[in-house]
Amino acid sequence: MAKKLLLEYDHVPGISTLDVYRRHGGYASLNKALKDLTPAQVLEEVKTSGLRGRGGAGFPTGMKWGFLARPEGVPRYLVCNADESEPGTFKDRYLMERIPHLLIEGMVLSSYALGANTSYIYIRGEYYYVARILERAIAEAYEAGLLGKNIFNSGFDHDCYVHVGAGAYICGEETALLESLEGKRGNPRIKPPFPAVAGLYGCPTVVNNVETIAAVVPIVRDGGAAYAGIGVGKSTGTKLISASGHINRPGVYEIELGVPVEEFIFSDLYCGGMRNGKKLKAVVAGGSSVPVLPADLILKTAAGEPRLMTYESLADGGFASGTMLGSGGFIVMDEDTSIVKNLWNFTRFYHHESCGQCSPCREGTGWMEKILHKILDGHGTLADVDLLWDIQSKIEGKTICPLGDAAAWPVASAIRHFRKEFEEYVTRPASIRDVKHYYRLHSMAEA
Amino acid sequence: MPDYPVTVPHMSERTEYQFSPETLETARRIIQRYPEGKQKSALIPLLHLAQAEFDGWLSPGAMDYVASLLGLQPIEAYEVASFYSMFNLKPVGTCVLEVCRTSSCWLMGAEDVVRHIEKKLGITAGQTTSDGMFTLKTVECLGSCGTAPMLQCGADFYENLTLEKVDSLIDKLKSDGRRKVYTRDEPITI
Repeated sequence: MAKKLLLEYDHVPGISTLDVYRRHGGYASLNKALKDLTPAQVLEEVKTSGLRGRGGAGFPTGMKWGFLARPEGVPRYLVCNADESEPGTFKDRYLMERIPHLLIEGMVLSSYALGANTSYIYIRGEYYYVARILERAIAEAYEAGLLGKNIFNSGFDHDCYVHVGAGAYICGEETALLESLEGKRGNPRIKPPFPAVAGLYGCPTVVNNVETIAAVVPIVRDGGAAYAGIGVGKSTGTKLISASGHINRPGVYEIELGVPVEEFIFSDLYCGGMRNGKKLKAVVAGGSSVPVLPADLILKTAAGEPRLMTYESLADGGFASGTMLGSGGFIVMDEDTSIVKNLWNFTRFYHHESCGQCSPCREGTGWMEKILHKILDGHGTLADVDLLWDIQSKIEGKTICPLGDAAAWPVASAIRHFRKEFEEYVTRPASIRDVKHYYRLHSMAEA
Repeated sequence: MPDYPVTVPHMSERTEYQFSPETLETARRIIQRYPEGKQKSALIPLLHLAQAEFDGWLSPGAMDYVASLLGLQPIEAYEVASFYSMFNLKPVGTCVLEVCRTSSCWLMGAEDVVRHIEKKLGITAGQTTSDGMFTLKTVECLGSCGTAPMLQCGADFYENLTLEKVDSLIDKLKSDGRRKVYTRDEPITI
């Protein structure tokens, strides 16, 4: 059985309460850190662990913390990114809903390492009920002296607050999130300066994903080296994967990084194979933004090696034949799925969610949506497929934030790996009608 | 970003905007979470409170009121309210059914759910029933991909939907008759 570090007790009744959480070892890491470790030692453990940001970018967390500016007399902030909005991703919601204290313990621990006396959990507005679960847990923690003044008699003071957003995918981008937290529209900032120097209210700030912050708890408990001992190469520790789509057992799975993709899809420990005995057609392995891969390339790399659930193995082959681990939003599609139509769905999403600051993204996402709509309406031409390719190539890398890239990659990969399907749709429109779930695009688009 | 053009609504039944004492207390508590002079941070949370208290949508009057509580110019509230998809800038029904239409929900039959509700209520997505009971919206990924298809009503998530479950939910919401808002959770079991 795979080792679990975050979800070991997720099915224990009452684990969302402080009492039960503590009976299962909760807040022992915090106690240990505040009593026996200096902030610099906690930071060192995180560096040793090799933990990488679990929100999607996979940037080493210890290094990110190391960048934090520490000018005298200026407050520092930790902000938790709980804006989980990447289509296909629902792990943070699961973790916060089931074990809210794991996040709160991680918040205090991380803040101790960073020297932050105030932290905010920015949670997407649609998760309002989860925000209330967190607020209840925070109230319990205050009552027990785990938040507030002089925690565990260490002299360390910390306040943690929940802040709800109001529905905007872009606020998952860290600088847009900070803008939103300051009460503004979620327009990403131009970097530099990076948040580590000028973040929330212009103060040095670290923004980390829910799962990243939660992972600090087992890292401090067992030591960074033990954490680094799990996984493969630079993909250390465990990762929460949100599995969805045409599989038998959708849900959140904590895996040790390095599980073969084939095992993840077909083993009864995880996805349990394809639903209704259908064949696997394609997988989006890390949330809607990452390149889609056809069955053969997701199971094996172009070189014929088994593909593993690690940052490196999934990226093997670059974008020509690989993808990304991203946020771990693992969307599985069966043989009846229309790649073109699914792409239209994604592209409509990015058009809807573009903040509108940069022209390539604001305009380009709309053009791509329109062209895909035209193709699905049976009026596409071969030139439209080339035009799609051209537009995506002119969005990628040309915007302030990565939303532009995220909108371009699905289009590029769908055309790269499934060009035949596009060609079929434009040369033989009748084939579109054979696709399951082809209904009124218009009202869905305009609603 | 809202799906509809941001215009000043032509109908507003309220002339007075004032939070109840309890809501005002909640608002004060929220404002205290942010450092001195940074009370603008409380804008989004307070707009949520206003939407919940003032009939499920943000009229210019409601936004002006929130701005005044925070010492902001009204435009600061308007520009924020118009950016975020959860804020309704025109009147909505007592229950807003928000069906997820993205990615996994899409693969698992969100379209069928939308079409079914449209047929049952006699409206299309984006519209409100003539009795003012239901508004149907389609929204982007709500983080329930493993339990797709799903819809949200108020704070509550309704997951692993079947058309029968949708029928039963609509009937229960109707007989319950209460406004469903994000800020309070009063789950209706189906």
